[in-house]
Amino acid sequence: MRHLLSTEQLSREHAIQILDTAQEMSAVGEREIKKLPALRGRTVVNLFFEDSTRTRISFEAAAKRLSADVINFSAKGSSVSKGESLKDTAQTLEAMSADAVVIRHWASGAPARLANSGWIDAAVINAGDGTHAHPTQALLDAFTMRAHWAKLSGTPSVGADLTGMRVMIVGDVLHSRVARSNVWLLRTLGAHVTLVAPPTLLPVGVEHWPCEVSYDLDATLDSGVDAVMMLRVQAERMNASFFPSTREYARLWGFDDARLARLDALNLKDTIIMHPGPMNRGLEISSAAADSHRSTVLAQVRNGVSVRMAALYLLLSGEMRSEKTPAVAAQPSPSLPSVKDPS
Amino acid sequence: MNTSSEATGDVQSTSAPAVVSRVVLSAADIDRALTRIAYEILEANKGSQDLLLLGIPRRGYPLAQRLAAKLAASDPSVDPGAIVGQLDVTMFRDDLAQHPTRAPQPTELPASGIDGKTIVLVDDVLYSGRTIRAALDALVDLGRPRAVRLAVLVDRGHRELPIRADHVGKNLPTSSSEKVRVRLSEIDGGAAANDEVVIEAGA
Amino acid sequence: MTSTSYLIRSASLLGSTTADLLIRDGVIAAVGKDLDAATVDGATVIDAAGLVALPGMVDLHTHLREPGREDAETVETGTRAAALGGFTAVHAMANSSPVADTAGVVEQVHTLGRESGWVDVHPVGAVTVGLAGKQLAELGAMADSRARVRVFSDDGICVSDPVMMRRALEYVKAFDGVIAQHAQEPRLTEGAQMNEGIVSADLGLAGWPAVAEESIIARDVLLAQHVGSRLHVCHVSTAGSVEIIRWAKERGISVTAEVTPHHLLLTEELVRSYNPVYKVNPPLRADSDVHALRAALADGTIDIVGTDHAPHPSEAKECEWAAAAMGMTGLETALSVVQETMIESGLMTWEDFARVTSIAPAQIGRVEDQGRPLEVGEPANIVLVDPAARWNVDPAAMATKGRNSPFAGLVLPGKVVATFFHGHPTVLNGLLNTPYRHEGH
Repeated sequence: MRHLLSTEQLSREHAIQILDTAQEMSAVGEREIKKLPALRGRTVVNLFFEDSTRTRISFEAAAKRLSADVINFSAKGSSVSKGESLKDTAQTLEAMSADAVVIRHWASGAPARLANSGWIDAAVINAGDGTHAHPTQALLDAFTMRAHWAKLSGTPSVGADLTGMRVMIVGDVLHSRVARSNVWLLRTLGAHVTLVAPPTLLPVGVEHWPCEVSYDLDATLDSGVDAVMMLRVQAERMNASFFPSTREYARLWGFDDARLARLDALNLKDTIIMHPGPMNRGLEISSAAADSHRSTVLAQVRNGVSVRMAALYLLLSGEMRSEKTPAVAAQPSPSLPSVKDPS
Repeated sequence: MNTSSEATGDVQSTSAPAVVSRVVLSAADIDRALTRIAYEILEANKGSQDLLLLGIPRRGYPLAQRLAAKLAASDPSVDPGAIVGQLDVTMFRDDLAQHPTRAPQPTELPASGIDGKTIVLVDDVLYSGRTIRAALDALVDLGRPRAVRLAVLVDRGHRELPIRADHVGKNLPTSSSEKVRVRLSEIDGGAAANDEVVIEAGA
Repeated sequence: MTSTSYLIRSASLLGSTTADLLIRDGVIAAVGKDLDAATVDGATVIDAAGLVALPGMVDLHTHLREPGREDAETVETGTRAAALGGFTAVHAMANSSPVADTAGVVEQVHTLGRESGWVDVHPVGAVTVGLAGKQLAELGAMADSRARVRVFSDDGICVSDPVMMRRALEYVKAFDGVIAQHAQEPRLTEGAQMNEGIVSADLGLAGWPAVAEESIIARDVLLAQHVGSRLHVCHVSTAGSVEIIRWAKERGISVTAEVTPHHLLLTEELVRSYNPVYKVNPPLRADSDVHALRAALADGTIDIVGTDHAPHPSEAKECEWAAAAMGMTGLETALSVVQETMIESGLMTWEDFARVTSIAPAQIGRVEDQGRPLEVGEPANIVLVDPAARWNVDPAAMATKGRNSPFAGLVLPGKVVATFFHGHPTVLNGLLNTPYRHEGH
């Protein structure tokens, strides 16, 4: 594993290695001295082209607990010529000998571009790119689910996957990097995923994803579920005719008090409610649901640090980093597509 | 992924036939050595008071468990389950950038904690001393023991740091091109059900 | 002025009969087997055994960027690239800066082309002032100018207002012009980054639905039928568009259509690299679309190949996908890509190649001295191709300023050995020779 760009290509072995490592990292967070010397002398750059204080401080805490030096680089607004900025910034970081770049970007694919362009030799960790991927969020979600799932079955979580777990992801799937990354990772870990959304907020092509799709939240709840993940509704979607009104959205697709009660009525006493944050209380999730004993919102935040420590540690230690060959072969060669013989 | 001491290197299961190996400690030899170490520990500590055994993953941990059982056998006041722990040193190593990525193992301390205790670090092979150096760093972050001692099954020499063991099962002069392999039934079960220590000639 | 004569010996004319071609004073002076010594006296002999002789290629869709974006391309560099690619005429799209929406600008481009002397440069006039879609440009003035504009297009931007499109189609009938439409419904493609489908769903890039192209083509063929005008559809990219055009032609509607080399070879799967060299408008589509486009070009539903050569400075591509400019270079690879996709695959012959790359585009653009048969008395606009050659595409070695070739690193068949423009070799032995000097210069 040279970079962490998405979960689509992440093997089950690597995914579980990250989760298991995160498990050991979480123990460090409970100690008096919450610090390990593993990445002493390494430089981790948080390169944020888009504001996200939550994600940035999570990565910052992770890097610092591993004793790495952290440089925060907020590139938002500094891209006068958008085209130049990513390349120039990358080369600046390369000149500063960054060992890892944690990148958050408004453009889908920017981390892949950074990793594959040959502009920089550092390990690249995607901290959320456009509407594409947010792999550490998916990993921390899976970590949270795995802890819950293992506790229910009374087995150790180390080495375990999510086989048999039923997960619902509800809301704006079309624009959600969290949903995309979760769909691929949960598939790899053996969970059964159902996406629930208004048809306008599902991408064309979703039928090829390894999951079920439903337009009916209540029917999906009734069919049984172990984890409900609510997605944030971005303000800019609210007036773009994706749905008629926030009131109708909350009624049809929000996790409200009635649906919270429905879980009890269905005797789904162990079902957890997840949200990547920040929440729109009263829109996609009610306060009662967000604050209920089922809610894992804070556990997700806590687990985020452990998962990001694991990702940084696994990417920055070991012989893979010593293969300091220039990334010339990184560009996928444009092989001829398979259209040579029209049938 | 092998996080055991540096002496064994990666476990290359059964090596190529060309490798010459000889058994230097049999299962019975290992057991006798541990019995002796257990007595030495009790003697040095003047009893079992405040004594904790911390094994270094992976093979140091079962050795620590065996030592605890032997302590309990000679001193009935000892609860073997309560004095053994595991100390992972992966994150404290100084060679993380050079070696294949190691997934850390759990660190599990006895419920009593380590403050004011006499800690005996237990590992299978003492070689460069770097693992023990890492273990001492790891301990510092966990608390303040009264004293730290070191027990190893095999000391093969070639120290790179000023570290020596307090209790040694067997001193094995080796060439640095040789490999010392420790096989313990708890870790290397299955086909290698018998405990043994083997020296393999270098390539 | 050229008074030199050339004897092209043993070329395969349009890939079939082998004959000698004598070029003298800008025209084909003789055609035949083993022309006698007296006829060919004094001519420079070019051994063309194994080479295919074709009418010089005519591109109906080229972005030369001048005036205004000389950092991306100039008439000089773009026409050098064209000559090397086997072209003897190109149509320079109107989206320069200032926009080619007046007689003054089109005459300037036309003059720059004549001064360069590598190929004929026929300016395309903008349909609307500033490509803004609000007011018709002075189409008549451009048609009557020295540039004699016959093709009008807002290419890059769709003439989406149906009334504006109707008026434009009607108006250009006065001088036998044609509206070349960039079919892209603007509202359906706001922020669009790539073909909408399985790949866009995975990549999280805003989708560019096929229907945004097809709905405009459907509307435009009906408008063309209603007002009895000529319509040309630029860079058709979807199977659905092909179906609509086929339907329109069956109904006798005067519509012609174009496909780019890149849409004949490349698919959206390449976008998975997020490398903006694959970012283009219209976007690369699915495998099934590529098959449909090839079949349509072979059966005549699509009339021509147009390169949509769109050079960009490297900084416009060395960035995030969403921030990158759309477009690919194509002049120097068009012949090879069409050979690869259409001839090597057995879908077309070299005679068909001449139809779609020279004869038909010249007819659509009403260019009278191009796209002519290889016969005595015809203008000597000829390209000699070595169809057996294989070459590795290296953008850095190209004449265009643009380094944004999506074919970089591919090994493609077919190499231009020589290009004759008005009887003068602009390209010899695969290398640029000297430009043709128009009389009066």
